Amino acid sequence: MLVLFFIISLAAAFLIAMFGRKSKLFCHLTSILATLSLFLLSLYALYLVNKSGVIVYNIGGWIPPLGICLVLDGFSAFMLLVLNFISFIVAIYALAYMEKYTDKYRFYCLFMCMITGMNGVILAGDIFNLFVCLEIASVASYALVAFGTEAEELEAAFKYIVMGAIAASFILLGIGLLYAYTSTLNMADISLAIAHKGFNTVILLVSVLFIAGFGTKSALVPFHGWLPDAHSSAPAAVSAMLSGVLIKVLGIYSLVRIFFNIFGVNQIILMILAILGAISILVGAILAIGQWDLKRLLAYSSISQIGYVILSLSLATPLGILGGLFHLFNHSVFKSLLFLNSGAIEYATGCRNLKEMGGLKEKMPITANTSWIASLSISGIPPFSGFWSKLLIIIACVQANRIGLALIAVAGSIITLAYFMKVQKVIFYGKLNPAFDKIKEVPVSMRLAMIVLAVLCLLGGILFIPRILVYFLKPAVSVLLLGTNYAFTVLGGVL
Amino acid sequence: MSVYFLCLVLFSIGLYCVLRRRNIIKIIIGISIMEYAVNLFFILIGYRWHGRAPLLSQNQEVLRMVDPIPQELILISIVIGLSVLALLVAIAIKIFDKYNTFDITKIRKLKG
Repeated sequence: MLVLFFIISLAAAFLIAMFGRKSKLFCHLTSILATLSLFLLSLYALYLVNKSGVIVYNIGGWIPPLGICLVLDGFSAFMLLVLNFISFIVAIYALAYMEKYTDKYRFYCLFMCMITGMNGVILAGDIFNLFVCLEIASVASYALVAFGTEAEELEAAFKYIVMGAIAASFILLGIGLLYAYTSTLNMADISLAIAHKGFNTVILLVSVLFIAGFGTKSALVPFHGWLPDAHSSAPAAVSAMLSGVLIKVLGIYSLVRIFFNIFGVNQIILMILAILGAISILVGAILAIGQWDLKRLLAYSSISQIGYVILSLSLATPLGILGGLFHLFNHSVFKSLLFLNSGAIEYATGCRNLKEMGGLKEKMPITANTSWIASLSISGIPPFSGFWSKLLIIIACVQANRIGLALIAVAGSIITLAYFMKVQKVIFYGKLNPAFDKIKEVPVSMRLAMIVLAVLCLLGGILFIPRILVYFLKPAVSVLLLGTNYAFTVLGGVL
Repeated sequence: MSVYFLCLVLFSIGLYCVLRRRNIIKIIIGISIMEYAVNLFFILIGYRWHGRAPLLSQNQEVLRMVDPIPQELILISIVIGLSVLALLVAIAIKIFDKYNTFDITKIRKLKG
């Protein structure tokens, strides 16, 4: 069953590349059907994980340490659900949004390739496949950032590719060292070998290479240079995917999988991650305040929110991991929604500069209301989902005796509130720019996507009800808490 | 040991080239050098002194076999490197169309 995640998305990309040029309807239909079936499959995967625990699929029947295997555990199932849900919503949104671009079939083809790569990263059971899938997703996203082929987009894409290629070299070098040290590529087997040999300088060097490499992919602060350019230049549907899932899957998922499940929890690494997270929160938020380009502001805000997730996960307490994963899910919902809103505004008015806007609430009620919900949610106002996850993060910080980190989290949240209030005030209230007198609300498919995400923001608090929480987040949290037990559960019968 | 050191030097040359050059084409060359250094590192990991090809045949025992896995890994890594290189060059051509220059200090429409 796990192979279906590859087959469906890759087949959709192939079919679109083959036949999509002739008929637009075919492209739309294939992409919607593929993402919908992936979404349903990931729900089924979550059900399976809850029912029967870890699922290991050996490709070609080779037994784990030798062949390639795909692993589905609680954490993978959770990430699969987030990824495929957001990609389904974005596919609906893209129906109307991509109308203004030419060569739509190329967009859908690259989009499906990106989803293939991310599914691969989540399911990969050996570290080299993780790298290959990461590169598939990255190369597709490089091309998608440059999709408009205007001057700014090309410049952003070039910057993104150069940084991405350097990051990939670091990761590959780390994998090489790891292979030389443990002489295996299977992640579970590496974990056993490291447990056997102990934590020493080689592993420390590899950790540093991985933090630099995956840190660049997830845009933690010293490595964040590519993100504001790439996110603000890409088409809005792509920015929603990039910010909503790509940086989480390629960056956070790989970092956490490697440092928690393979290397085992180590205080030095956790300290580094906590510091990086705290710096990201503050720097991202402070840089966001000064922006007047809507998508650029949202991109800096992404850096800040990714900081929260890393900070919370780096506490390595049950509550911290729960808060981090919950915030990861919430962030992918409301940040995608905000990027879709910015796309809708750009679609209607044709501009992104905050100084030229104003009074759009009358003209675009749905965009305005969904954007309000997302803004309140991201700044952590009580009934919305963002509040609960930030509360969990702050409580977890206090519980772990890191008062300083808790204060940083609170400060970051207040700054977030400040710049989102600025966005709301400038775009939707005040005087209408006479140039935008004739604009209308966006088409149905874009409205639908935004409303679904907004409802999810409102209902986010429901995930807090213990029964749902157990079903949805507990398997993921327990996988991370058990740490290097991962090896035994994956290799299971073999040992 | 000195071979590994030279490999590291090659990697550093590539990194220096990416970070310090202003010309887009030279940056692309720097990225290629880095990739080759990493590929070379993989080959060195698998190499045994006076090793031979890892081919099994009947009634013959193979001693000092070269590790085949890194060789297979770099085949994949070369393909990935090639696709990234192709994309980079395509974008560099487009950038030259738009800006009429390869100098990255003059390609600065995005800031902040």
